[in-house]
Amino acid sequence: MNIGVFVCHCGSNIAGTVDTEQVAQAARSFPEVAFATDTMYACSEPGQAGIIDAIREYGLDGVVVASCTPRMHEATFRKTIGRAGLNTYLFEMANIREHVSWIGKDKEANTNKAIDLVQIAVEKLRRNTALFSSEFEINKRVMVIGGGVAGIQAALDCADGGLEVVLVERESTIGGKMAKLDKTFPTVDCSSCILGPRMVDIAQHPNITLHAMAEVESVDGFVGNFDVKVRKKATYVDWEACTGCGQCMEKCPSRKAEDRFNEHVGTTTAINIPFPQAIPKKAVIDPGACIMLTKGKCGACAKLCPTQAIRFEQEDTVVQEQVGAIIAATGYDLFDFTLYGEYGGGRYPDVVTSMQYERMLSASGPTGGHLVRPSDGKEPKDIVFIQCVGSRDHSVNRPYCSGFCCMYTAKQTILTKDHIPDSQSYVFYMDIRSPGKLYDEFTRRAMEEYGAKYIRGRVSTIQPRNGRYVVKGADTLMGSPVEIEADLVVLAVGAEASRGAGALAEKLRISYDGYGFFMEGHPKLKPVETNTAGVYLAGSCQGPKDIPSSVAQGSAAASKVQALFSRDKLASDPQVSSVALQRCVGCAKCASTCPFGAIEMTEFRGMPKASVVETVCQGCGVCAVTCPQGAIQLQHFTDNQILAEVNALCPY
Amino acid sequence: MSVTQYAYYPGCSGMGSSIEYDISTRALCKSLGVELLDIPDWNCCGSTPAHASDHLLSASLVARNLAIAESMDVAGIITPCPSCLKNLKTTSLRMQRKAFHDKVESIVERPVRADLPIKSVLQTVLEHCEPEAIASHVSRPLKGLKVVPYYGCIMNRPPDVMTFDDPENPTSLDRLMTALGAEVLPFPHKVDCCGASLGLVRRDLVTTLSGRILDTAAALGAHAIVAACPMCQMNLDMRQSQINRANHTRHHMPVFYYTQLAGLALGQSESCLCMDKLCVNPADTLRLVDCPAAEERTR
Ligand SMILES: Cc1cc2nc3c(=O)[nH]c(=O)nc-3n(C[C@H](O)[C@H](O)[C@H](O)COP(=O)(O)OP(=O)(O)OC[C@H]3O[C@@H](n4cnc5c(N)ncnc54)[C@H](O)[C@@H]3O)c2cc1C
Ligand code: SF4
Ligand code: SF4
Repeated sequence: MNIGVFVCHCGSNIAGTVDTEQVAQAARSFPEVAFATDTMYACSEPGQAGIIDAIREYGLDGVVVASCTPRMHEATFRKTIGRAGLNTYLFEMANIREHVSWIGKDKEANTNKAIDLVQIAVEKLRRNTALFSSEFEINKRVMVIGGGVAGIQAALDCADGGLEVVLVERESTIGGKMAKLDKTFPTVDCSSCILGPRMVDIAQHPNITLHAMAEVESVDGFVGNFDVKVRKKATYVDWEACTGCGQCMEKCPSRKAEDRFNEHVGTTTAINIPFPQAIPKKAVIDPGACIMLTKGKCGACAKLCPTQAIRFEQEDTVVQEQVGAIIAATGYDLFDFTLYGEYGGGRYPDVVTSMQYERMLSASGPTGGHLVRPSDGKEPKDIVFIQCVGSRDHSVNRPYCSGFCCMYTAKQTILTKDHIPDSQSYVFYMDIRSPGKLYDEFTRRAMEEYGAKYIRGRVSTIQPRNGRYVVKGADTLMGSPVEIEADLVVLAVGAEASRGAGALAEKLRISYDGYGFFMEGHPKLKPVETNTAGVYLAGSCQGPKDIPSSVAQGSAAASKVQALFSRDKLASDPQVSSVALQRCVGCAKCASTCPFGAIEMTEFRGMPKASVVETVCQGCGVCAVTCPQGAIQLQHFTDNQILAEVNALCPY
Repeated sequence: MSVTQYAYYPGCSGMGSSIEYDISTRALCKSLGVELLDIPDWNCCGSTPAHASDHLLSASLVARNLAIAESMDVAGIITPCPSCLKNLKTTSLRMQRKAFHDKVESIVERPVRADLPIKSVLQTVLEHCEPEAIASHVSRPLKGLKVVPYYGCIMNRPPDVMTFDDPENPTSLDRLMTALGAEVLPFPHKVDCCGASLGLVRRDLVTTLSGRILDTAAALGAHAIVAACPMCQMNLDMRQSQINRANHTRHHMPVFYYTQLAGLALGQSESCLCMDKLCVNPADTLRLVDCPAAEERTR
């Protein structure tokens, strides 16, 4: 082999603490190295041209680039040598930036380590073979998980582009948090007026199949060919027959069911359609509250239902969906403020969450749009808002900013003044974070036009006094303690990962951060991709986001899927396992350990033999370490290649 | 009931201003089988003046006491005073850091392990005996007595040092008083500050802060406040007339140590519990315990 080695400076990123020239010099003495040089930016246009020129001039047939992590530029350099006519797998990368220059200051030690890493790469490359991908068909259907505003946007964009979409929603209706909001910042337009038509579009679109009351049970397969099992939970109502007339709700005697849509402001009936604009507009029975399902008698709804849609015997069903790509849009959940004893820990009826307040503001909400104190139904006059409840607080393991609470609190003070003109709002804040188009102007309006009094500081305690609440805190601008008497206290609870996000991430084989938010492919350059091909993200499942950003991400994820599906076939990754037939004894151990079911047992001249389905194999290598005969090997990471690397590092 | 031995740290106030707390604490522990061994030749923990000026000074004062206690055969160190408790616990925690530990040892010139459990008497009593179990020893239930429990601001805080009960809404005193038969009213100022030692330099702060505690207790219809801290008790009880004068109020609100009321319920005599040491005369209130009907008559 004629090997070329290129040692990158990465400006001063590497050259600052590694003597790149000396690394190139050392490389020249390694076996089969025909050419070695250092280069300023290997990935730049002149850098790549230099590699191509050297391949031509010195007749190189293998290349090592010592630079950054392969996550960053392996694909770049593979393409480079491909353009020069080499097989793209006759290439190795030595990571001397993340693994060397960025983590050590001692130039001599760094240089020695870089030389070692280059030598390892050379030894591996000497044993590389040309690999060739094959092609496979793409199933051009897409699944969107989560029907909040982000998922709705993604589903509609894909469907309008001609793709078949399967939308899976956990609740009985789509809409997510936005469906619960009264008005939206910064324009204060009505939330259901802008979201409602989109929800109807979902129901009516010929390309969209909606599974509500459904969750993803398992995901098999890979990009282009996912196989997803979806569990549709029992609703005890035949949705084919249910017309959403709501007569059942009127006569249901069980009126103490949890009202999740209204954030537990009040209760609801056991059989329920959460709100008039629900999509799908179908009744669901809460089995824990239904008298028939708990005590075996009642059946009032069944007697009343004009289409005989009630099915007390209904059970969960599982449907199988084949799709080529998946968009996760499972949103967020709200922080449980009862962790804070200083805000009463849930003991005070008139200390409510911001989302409960939204429901009270909404004309279709449980109070008919009247702002009242839950304790006595009286109209509040003095209302205290507390921001950053469960945000920016290490003591409850929520150090991050939830991003949208400053804005929605300003909105709620404006709406409060509209509802009760002689009311006074007070807002305790840490900092006001309003970096969006027209956002800062909006918070100023809340203060200047609507007279909300903003106090910079934290609240130390809320104490009931004579039927009202004393909110004690610090005014850190004045440097003095403050006390405000309030009729109602609204807590701007922060966002946290959606319930069950971690479990879903594991099914999708994507990663998530310490708080349960899904990890994007790259924090700057791949905001809606994940590290699993064919799985994309949209909305606040990736981190707290307001509606405009969630919608933008929904469209972005849809366009990624469109780009993926613009091809008819995908190239498979040839770094997969392969079986040496003469060594295989047919024990089938590999088939039982493969997590992807990529190994089939076949027959060869009457003997059982393992065989790898290349399009299913993910190249994880579990089979290779399982095989007692060493018969199954991962291409590009064979035992011999890895041992050669080890030997290069530990020659004695 | 089993008997467990603890090293007892009474704190300076227990020798003087809150001698009734010390005496009633000893009596309560005795009747519940918690044996107290006085730390011989103990010294002041330095209180606020020490830790407010120098952590090393405060730690050294405490460490000497820890060292003596460590030479005794005890299950831990206990003290009735939350302020002493906070100093003992903070020092013990700080001494987990080797550099600090070495410095303190070199100052007190003796080995200090700083590994004994340190607890309040309240915590010890409740861990030793569930309130329900205490209830079975009650011979004179506090029936008819409406109380508000007042923990003060440092009995449970900072939470990661004190590691006892809820820092914002503690309930240990509530549970104990309920078990003794008293009616416990929901009190919003449980963990508010009374003004503490600022009574000496900024009396206006104490009359405001403690005044509010008294106002709310009275508005709720409480017959008495139950305290667990000598400093709080002093501000609310001894300074009650000052507070009344400053705020134009006419409170007559006895402020008992929880140990006094517990002793009463367990059948100890009023004189043994030094009820006469309280500044606000509790006689009328104590009469309620005997015959609840008396309350009706006084109206
Ligand atoms: C009180 C309050 C007021 C707000 N006001 C505004 C405002 O005025 N303007 C603004 O721009 N933003 C506002 N926001 C923020 C807004 O709610 C979010 O930006 C928006 O809802 C994010 O949309 P989403 O689709 O990403 O997530 P979500 O709305 O949370 O939707 C996620 C959906 O996925 C579903 N789901 C979750 N897990 C699963 C699963 N495992 N399987 C299937 N389905 C699942 C959920 O049921 C839900 O329907 C406010 C937030 C709060 C708390
Ligand atoms: S059967 Fe269940 S859902 Fe139907 S009316 Fe009775 S309680 Fe309501
Ligand atoms: S958006 Fe504002 S209120 Fe919400 S967490 Fe960030 S700073 Fe706090």
